Amino acid sequence: MVTPESGQKRTDRSPWNWLLFVPIVLPLLTFLFNADEPRLAGFPLFYWLQLAFILVGVTCTTIVYRMTK
Amino acid sequence: MSGHTTELVVFVVLFLIVSGMGFVAARWRRPDNIESLHEWGLGGRNFGTWITWFLVGGDLYTAYTFVAVPALVFGAGALGFYALPYTVVVYPLVFLVLARMWSVSHVHGFVTPADFVRARFGSPTLALLIAITGLIATMPYIALQLVGIEAVLKAMGITGHLPIIIAFAILAAYTYQSGLRAPALIAFVKDTLIYIVILAAVIYIPAKLGGWDFIFSKAAEKFAKTPAPGDGILLTGANQLQYITLAFGSALALFLYPHSLTGVLASKNRNVIKRNMSALPAYSFLLGLIALLGFMAIAAGTKPVVNPATGKDDNNTIVPVLFDQMFPDWFTGVAYAAIGIGALVPAAIMSIAAANLFTRNIYKEYINKHASDAQEAKVSKLVSLVVKVGAVLCILLLDPQFSIDLQLIGGVIILQTLPSVALGLYTRWFHKGGLIAGWAAGLSAGMWMLYLIPNPSNGKLHFGGSAFPLKNLGFDTTMTIYAGAIALTVNLVVAAVVTLILRAAKVADGEDATSRSEYFADEGDPRVKDLDLSGSH
Repeated sequence: MVTPESGQKRTDRSPWNWLLFVPIVLPLLTFLFNADEPRLAGFPLFYWLQLAFILVGVTCTTIVYRMTK
Repeated sequence: MSGHTTELVVFVVLFLIVSGMGFVAARWRRPDNIESLHEWGLGGRNFGTWITWFLVGGDLYTAYTFVAVPALVFGAGALGFYALPYTVVVYPLVFLVLARMWSVSHVHGFVTPADFVRARFGSPTLALLIAITGLIATMPYIALQLVGIEAVLKAMGITGHLPIIIAFAILAAYTYQSGLRAPALIAFVKDTLIYIVILAAVIYIPAKLGGWDFIFSKAAEKFAKTPAPGDGILLTGANQLQYITLAFGSALALFLYPHSLTGVLASKNRNVIKRNMSALPAYSFLLGLIALLGFMAIAAGTKPVVNPATGKDDNNTIVPVLFDQMFPDWFTGVAYAAIGIGALVPAAIMSIAAANLFTRNIYKEYINKHASDAQEAKVSKLVSLVVKVGAVLCILLLDPQFSIDLQLIGGVIILQTLPSVALGLYTRWFHKGGLIAGWAAGLSAGMWMLYLIPNPSNGKLHFGGSAFPLKNLGFDTTMTIYAGAIALTVNLVVAAVVTLILRAAKVADGEDATSRSEYFADEGDPRVKDLDLSGSH
């Protein structure tokens, strides 16, 4: 018998996968970040918030990876 | 050339060290037999998390990206920043898709997306179309890497084509020798250099210029003065939809490129891919910072090098010139080497991917059906040389602008493989005839739209960009949309309608050679093959 970790999975479905939609949709909602104020360290909102979305992306994919592996 | 001697020496020394590594790479991680295509083309498919991270990162974030994205931000402002959301969206988007692709490819021994399509839809014709689409989309991409090297050379005052020919001859030689191992090993050096250079740039240059506040206000000032309505440090009502569709469309397209898949398939197991989907955004952070170099160049008053052939500013030289202006000579040399070497990694992977497509889906399918492993590897190596010579010829014989246009077209056309390749991993619902019809319709629609787009800044009437004005479709608006988004919609609608018609008419569909559980097989599963090529079709 092969252990489950070694790849005898029958599906990749999991409710955790829905979390992946957050970093897919968030960076495409321009109304959230298409503004100059508030600035952060001299960066207009448009730039720092989009850079911050990278963290959202990393967090969500990491959670999904850990919960479904 | 005077005034650039130190830069040139540092550049040449680093370039030569890296080339040496490329040749030694054949002995790295000791392949039992490099004569087989899997060994040469996919590095034996046993790359772990770190190597995959460097390899895929080095493959996706190319020299051209490092040169062109800031150039776009320099010229147009906020719209050029689309590269950031694009690379944030892409990883969660393909997180599950790539794991499925890895599994089914390892069970059946697929090396290219066309291999998969052939087995999934039982249609050699569809597979041929997918292979040709991939080849056409990849070729200008390789040529563009040369544009990246050329920008650096121009900034050092070197003109003429000989240096490029030498650089590519070296690249061709060590890819021929070492296959995918060469770029995997070089990617370490390239990315380390790039990280050092960019971190130094984003800390040192703003401090020298007077802070980020100053940089952004200078940029806003410049865009306020230009007559173009679409530029600025924020998006306008007219280009928001373009921004969204371009970011999303580019994200959909990225892993359809055969070369991105090559790096992914070379990884050891599904978890390596999934871990990389969380780790690769580190490069997105870098890319975001690189994009902002465009604004720094504005604040520093950087003037791009004038292209002697056209008499117009070559915006692609903006980053090299900025570095030259800001850094001490030796560090500028390091930065230039980073960009130059940055061109070699993706160019090597792309030419390997293109070679695999030709060998597997055209040569073996149509020319020599009974090719042995050694024959296949040999043809693949030769084609990879031919592809690179072709890329050099593109640069020598054609206006570089033509490569940039082709690359733009490349994004739109590679998207047309999405229903067969990416949706194919999820559903077998589409009829092979429907997919072929959708591909043709999407491609025609895409070409028609790109043909209609002018570029007022360089006076071109056709193929001037990817922003398609919605008023061409009869809408009363100034809004533009990414042409690829409409083309893909047309493709999907036609594919669905033709599928329904063919089903109703009971036209025979192809056989599916894959089964559901094969999409989840992982390392350790007896069905997962590693190096055995003979087991595939």
